[in-house]
Amino acid sequence: MLTYTLRRLLSAAPTLFVIVTVAFFLVRFAPGGPFDLEQPLAPQVLDNLRRAYSLDQPLHVQYLDYLGKLVRGDFGPSYVAIDFTVGEMLRRALPYSVTLGLSALALAIFGGVAAGVFAALRQNSAADYSVMTVATVGVTVPNFVVAPVLQLVFGLMLGLLPIGGWGDGGLAHRLMPTVALALPQMAVIARLTRSSMIEALRADHIRTLRASGLPGHVIIRHALKGALLPVISYLGPAAAALVTGSVVIEKIFAIPGIGAYFVEGALNRDYTLVMGTVVTLAGFVVVFNLLVDLAYAALDPRVRYD
Amino acid sequence: MSRIRPFLCAVAALFALTTLAQAETVYHRGNAGDPKTLDAHQTSIDVEANILWDLLEGLVAYDAAGKVVPGAAESWTMSQDGTVYTFKLRADGKWSNGDPVKASDFVFSFRRIMDPQTAAKYASLHYPIRNAEKINKYEMKPEELGVKAVDDLTLEIALERPTPYFLELLTHQTALPMHQASVEKFGKDFVRPGNFVSNGAYSLAENVPGDHIKVVKNPHYWDAANVKVDVVMFYPTEDNAAAVRRFMARELDTNYQFPIDQLPFLKEKLGGQVKTSPYLAIEYYAINNKKEPFSDPRVRRALAMAIDRDFLADKIWSGAAVPAYSLVPPGINGYTPAEAEFAALSQLDREDEAKKLIEEAGYGPGGKPLKIEIRYNTNDAHKKVATAIADMWKQVFGAEVTLLNTDIKTHYAHLQNRGDFDVARAGWVGDYADAQNFLYLGVTGNAVGNYSQFSNAKFDELVKTSDATLDPAERAKIMAEAEAILLAEMGLIPILNRTSLHLVSDKVKGWADNVRNVHRSRYISIER
Repeated sequence: MLTYTLRRLLSAAPTLFVIVTVAFFLVRFAPGGPFDLEQPLAPQVLDNLRRAYSLDQPLHVQYLDYLGKLVRGDFGPSYVAIDFTVGEMLRRALPYSVTLGLSALALAIFGGVAAGVFAALRQNSAADYSVMTVATVGVTVPNFVVAPVLQLVFGLMLGLLPIGGWGDGGLAHRLMPTVALALPQMAVIARLTRSSMIEALRADHIRTLRASGLPGHVIIRHALKGALLPVISYLGPAAAALVTGSVVIEKIFAIPGIGAYFVEGALNRDYTLVMGTVVTLAGFVVVFNLLVDLAYAALDPRVRYD
Repeated sequence: MSRIRPFLCAVAALFALTTLAQAETVYHRGNAGDPKTLDAHQTSIDVEANILWDLLEGLVAYDAAGKVVPGAAESWTMSQDGTVYTFKLRADGKWSNGDPVKASDFVFSFRRIMDPQTAAKYASLHYPIRNAEKINKYEMKPEELGVKAVDDLTLEIALERPTPYFLELLTHQTALPMHQASVEKFGKDFVRPGNFVSNGAYSLAENVPGDHIKVVKNPHYWDAANVKVDVVMFYPTEDNAAAVRRFMARELDTNYQFPIDQLPFLKEKLGGQVKTSPYLAIEYYAINNKKEPFSDPRVRRALAMAIDRDFLADKIWSGAAVPAYSLVPPGINGYTPAEAEFAALSQLDREDEAKKLIEEAGYGPGGKPLKIEIRYNTNDAHKKVATAIADMWKQVFGAEVTLLNTDIKTHYAHLQNRGDFDVARAGWVGDYADAQNFLYLGVTGNAVGNYSQFSNAKFDELVKTSDATLDPAERAKIMAEAEAILLAEMGLIPILNRTSLHLVSDKVKGWADNVRNVHRSRYISIER
């Protein structure tokens, strides 16, 4: 298992290298640069700026320079938020997004699996249909609708929760964004769990368990183990997306996470910030995919990594 | 009983805390976005200015109504020929660490912004200062700048040529002073809380990008006795629809910007707490003066006349903008903008006139087909305006109009690099309250801002003369004459003047609408 993990982590290096290279050149091909503003700059000022940020160097020199720094963990300065380096920005903002993302992930898994199992056990009953209807609505209603509605109801009308800001990071400030972030994922997980659970309940080994007269909760536990596999494989990319922040949720609830950097970096042509977010997201995807594969081994005795 | 005691203690402590908190006045200020930096020399936008004007005070400053008043300097004189200003600094002026504000701090700051190593984006704003341009182009040393400290409290600024709007220039955030010792000690990090030394009404306490910037009252400020708010919390309320909800839930005392399509709803719901006030902002369409058929002034005028500005202002901007018939927005002290001659006509008469002009030029029904592409940067209001204008041009002279939208960077890069276009949306917000700042958009030598590539010798001549004219009334007359030429030729098409959009709680006192859209927290008080 340990060798497998190490091997996987090592093989991630070339993947990351390709991602970094492609992203570096793609973002440079976008028209406009970090210094094209609504209020234009005088040509000599622009020259000064380009020199200060080494943008006057040939592209391949800039690329090698960037790679060299990246290997040493230096993401470079931000072209636009110049008081901070990209590394500082990511380090500061990531905890907010990760905290929010992990709570949303936990809520989505527990809520989604519970709802899915509940519905599967009552297949084709009124309870099943109502859970699945709610789940369908959860998938289809985008979170930029859910979030303002939550704000209106719980913040403005009932006055129970603060509408925006991270405040002291307490539950009150986190509750609405967590729910808004978790809902769509919860709905997907509920649907996945339900269908695979129904399948698992019909499997031969479960029928055998039933025939031997074991109590219901034991049967459910055994069925769930198999039923969770599709959910787990869905969780890898979903978790990476959740912990790297949602620009929509973070903007609406005014949370200082990294979600906004993905969009701002691109729109401002903040080359280093774009690269920083790409590397972060890619890193998370690699790690979570590995975790998913390891979870597979734990759940499915047929999967072995030696 | 023993279980109740800790609970009672907690309640008492909480009560004590809230009473303590009440003793301090906190102003929760929605600021529409995060500053890119707190290094004044690297800033360019209003969001940054709002914070910097609270932290720092230039030689001159704005009062609550946006009028230029003494700031760090208590008085000044101008030489006969208008090329040398001598400022007398306040004897009681102090930095937030207790150091006196000295003339040498200003010398240091002006040299720093002109130094090409600083790579300041707005350095060119200060080119009127003697040798500034040459220094910024590596042709001279920063020490040769025409700013010098005669003694600790006397600052002399020599100019390249008379610059009648120089005092207005000094209000800009790039002219704010920097504390020499701390900038030299901390380098780029001088902007961080703990390092940042300021001479304004407030000093920097916290900066959490994306969350808040906290500034607290500076006890060393010369007018600290009259500063009523103790703490200002700036929030980067970028999602302005969500900010409206925070304002309504009283989490914010004021908020800058709200969605214009909500204006009627907000006015009904919040009444006088919604403030829309004209400011120095023009929305215009650049029109390619170098390309057929737009090189024909008749075509340009016809296109300008066929635009129903009242419809755009009322229906699309919901009253958050007003029709513009001149390039310079109204509200600049001592200047009456020239108007396009068709401003006096009704919209129907304008359309008739426009049809005639297009016919004369040989286009439209019966002539060559008129094909126009409107470029705009992706934005809901710009899209609606472009769609409406396209429709108006179709209706009036059967033009074939297509729309092309790109993101803001691509849009401006295309215009500034002289990419091919027919008509393109552009906007300009005055850096300082002087007509010159707008007329400059039509000057031939303006390599990057004159998107239309308008070129008229008489116009250029008049602008140049006005720059050298010291008598304000005479100068205003010359500038208005220049503006009239630009409008008669319709070198660019003025469309709307935007209004500034603020939500101001009725608990907030001391707020005054003004054309500079400047609202320093030092004039605000809050009734709880």
